[in-house]
Amino acid sequence: MAKPEPADLPLPDAPCRVSLLKTPAQFPGGVDLDARKAQSLQEPIRIARVPGRLYVPLSQHIGEPTQALVSVGDKVLKGQQIARSLSYISAPVHAPTSGTVSDVGSYPVPHTAGLSADCIVIDSDGEDRMADTGLRLAAVLDADPAEIRQRVRDAGIVGLGGAGFPTSVKVNPGPGRNIDLLIINAAECEPYISCDEALICARPQDVIDGIHIIRHAVHARQVVIGIEDNMPNAIRCLQQALSDTDDHDISVITVPGRYPAGGEKQLIYALTGLEVPSQGLPIDIGIVCHNVGTTAAVARALMHGEPLISRIVTVSGAGIKRPGNLEVRIGTPIAELIEQCGGYTENVARLVMGGPMMGFSLPSDQLPIIKTSNCILATTWEETPPPPPAVECIRCGKCAEVCPAVLLPQQLYWHARARDFDKIQDYDLFDCIECGCCAYVCPSHLPLVQYYRFAKTEIWNLEREREQADIARQRHEFRQHRLEREKQELEARRAKAKKALRPKQGDADAKQAEIAAALERVKAKKAAQTQPPANTDNLTPEQQAKIAEADRRRQSQRSEP
Amino acid sequence: MLTAILAIGILAALFGLLLGYSAIRFKIDSDPVVDQIDAILPQTQCGQCSYAGCRPYAEAIAAGEADINQCPPGGEATIQALADLLGRDPKPLNAEHGLHTEKRVAIIDEDVCIGCTLCIQACPVDAILGAAKQMHTVIASECTGCELCVPPCPVDCIDMVPVETDIRHWKWPYPEDQQRRIANGKT
Repeated sequence: MAKPEPADLPLPDAPCRVSLLKTPAQFPGGVDLDARKAQSLQEPIRIARVPGRLYVPLSQHIGEPTQALVSVGDKVLKGQQIARSLSYISAPVHAPTSGTVSDVGSYPVPHTAGLSADCIVIDSDGEDRMADTGLRLAAVLDADPAEIRQRVRDAGIVGLGGAGFPTSVKVNPGPGRNIDLLIINAAECEPYISCDEALICARPQDVIDGIHIIRHAVHARQVVIGIEDNMPNAIRCLQQALSDTDDHDISVITVPGRYPAGGEKQLIYALTGLEVPSQGLPIDIGIVCHNVGTTAAVARALMHGEPLISRIVTVSGAGIKRPGNLEVRIGTPIAELIEQCGGYTENVARLVMGGPMMGFSLPSDQLPIIKTSNCILATTWEETPPPPPAVECIRCGKCAEVCPAVLLPQQLYWHARARDFDKIQDYDLFDCIECGCCAYVCPSHLPLVQYYRFAKTEIWNLEREREQADIARQRHEFRQHRLEREKQELEARRAKAKKALRPKQGDADAKQAEIAAALERVKAKKAAQTQPPANTDNLTPEQQAKIAEADRRRQSQRSEP
Repeated sequence: MLTAILAIGILAALFGLLLGYSAIRFKIDSDPVVDQIDAILPQTQCGQCSYAGCRPYAEAIAAGEADINQCPPGGEATIQALADLLGRDPKPLNAEHGLHTEKRVAIIDEDVCIGCTLCIQACPVDAILGAAKQMHTVIASECTGCELCVPPCPVDCIDMVPVETDIRHWKWPYPEDQQRRIANGKT
């Protein structure tokens, strides 16, 4: 086993920044809601049938979408990785059952506007054969935290509380950052949703094993399970399991059951009295928060080798004949799930994914369950009456009283309505958790959360447009620079060509000069030939006589042929 | 009297030197207002404002030669931002320069393209890929939707298509629009 890197170890002498309150505090704001959880808790968790065809979206988490690793016709085994993550904040996807990939393409996914996204469609072969995932880690509590993080990442685990943030990122505090407190979030505050409670009662050991693994991975000094006081069964199950394993350093603390007690920042405030900085993360104050479902998924992956291919989903509401909690494979169409819950009642009116406060309406039930689907709610008009028509804001200020993030919802509303996206950020729009308390109490029935969501997506869009504009500017400037450079290069080439021509002119001149010189030389030679040879000057009379004699002889020879 | 004139004269010369020195020492190459205006403009480089690109338009605005309502791709948001920056009153978009439309990107019908490279030469952001007598294609992620490539095409194979909303770029509708739609649907 590799030794943990020094950066992984907590600094031993760093002071502990977090201490638990003796009695949990009440977070600001919030509303008291009718829990309505009993109807889905009547029966233990049922195992949902594996459907004939599963639609597994490539993006089921916050962060970059994944890339498919399989193509049409491929045989896959249960638990086999079928899509890989390409960036740090992402989570791979695994085949929920064995079968054949029948398509990789765009299919409707759970989304409020009924949009489609890339999915892998798997036709089940009914055998449900498990692949060897290699996720199991022997002696996991002695393992290198880096190894644990890698396995958590490979298992495709994301936060199961609803947001779907990749867990591997949250179990990596980073060098030099101490985790003083690990909070396990079991405060399931939204009405109807009971999947966490059902999980705790059915599989407390998985939850506790997962807590041990995460605590080891982040070197947390303290661990606490935060749970709402209106979940007595779950509290009893947890305490029983903790005393069975003789685990005394994990404490279960109940917080007042008031919506949204399960919000990360609200739970942290309730347990420690500390506030997470605006637009900051809990890790900034030495705290990490994980959902109970996530801890159980970590235990299933690292101790049993099962990647995240199923989750517990609450199917509830008066529109369902037999509500309950079901363990469902990711990619199961909602319609199949409803069918296994006895189908719809006659007066069903709305289908919602998530709870009645933070969930969103679904346009159809032909959509798959994804990793973050904690609840499917089919309600009647009596349960969730359609909102009366919105009227003007009367500035009563009730929204500000209930806002758990201590924002000014009214100001946010005005600025969102006026599309004043600079001002709205001055009022900390991005600290809004979209819990819906303000809209719940609004006597004018204003769709406040929709205004905030509108403003948030508009701002993100503006930022994206700005980035794109910057890229376009760069490209345009570069193009101009390139055109200018090309022009200069062309000119330089032309100048060079001209220069090249000029030496040719010079060559011709040189040739001319050579010719002239040659002519000169010939002329000079000719001139030299007309002169008598130079060696006939200054001769003695004797030599002269000899020459005259020779000349005479030559003459006479020429004359007598 | 003479002393006073001398003193003032020397002071004037001193300050003149100081100003002259600072003008050289602290010289700012380009007008920062131009940069700020340019940062607001959408950088489509489409020339609908009647200037050769976003930066020349920004320079014209800064020089007071152009009005702030000549940018159709930017639409109202850009006019509002320019008005805020320059302390002027926002005014509606000048329809002479065109109408604000949703962002569109160019797409080349690759079966029809003859590989003439005219669109490549027209593209202000080098978003078209191709070579002479080779098929061309638009890099959709870099296309600003300026439509400058459309007129030069001799075979009319370039279409402007609206950008499809995908799930990651989807925006929540403005709630009042939605309510009105619901109300209209019911009546």
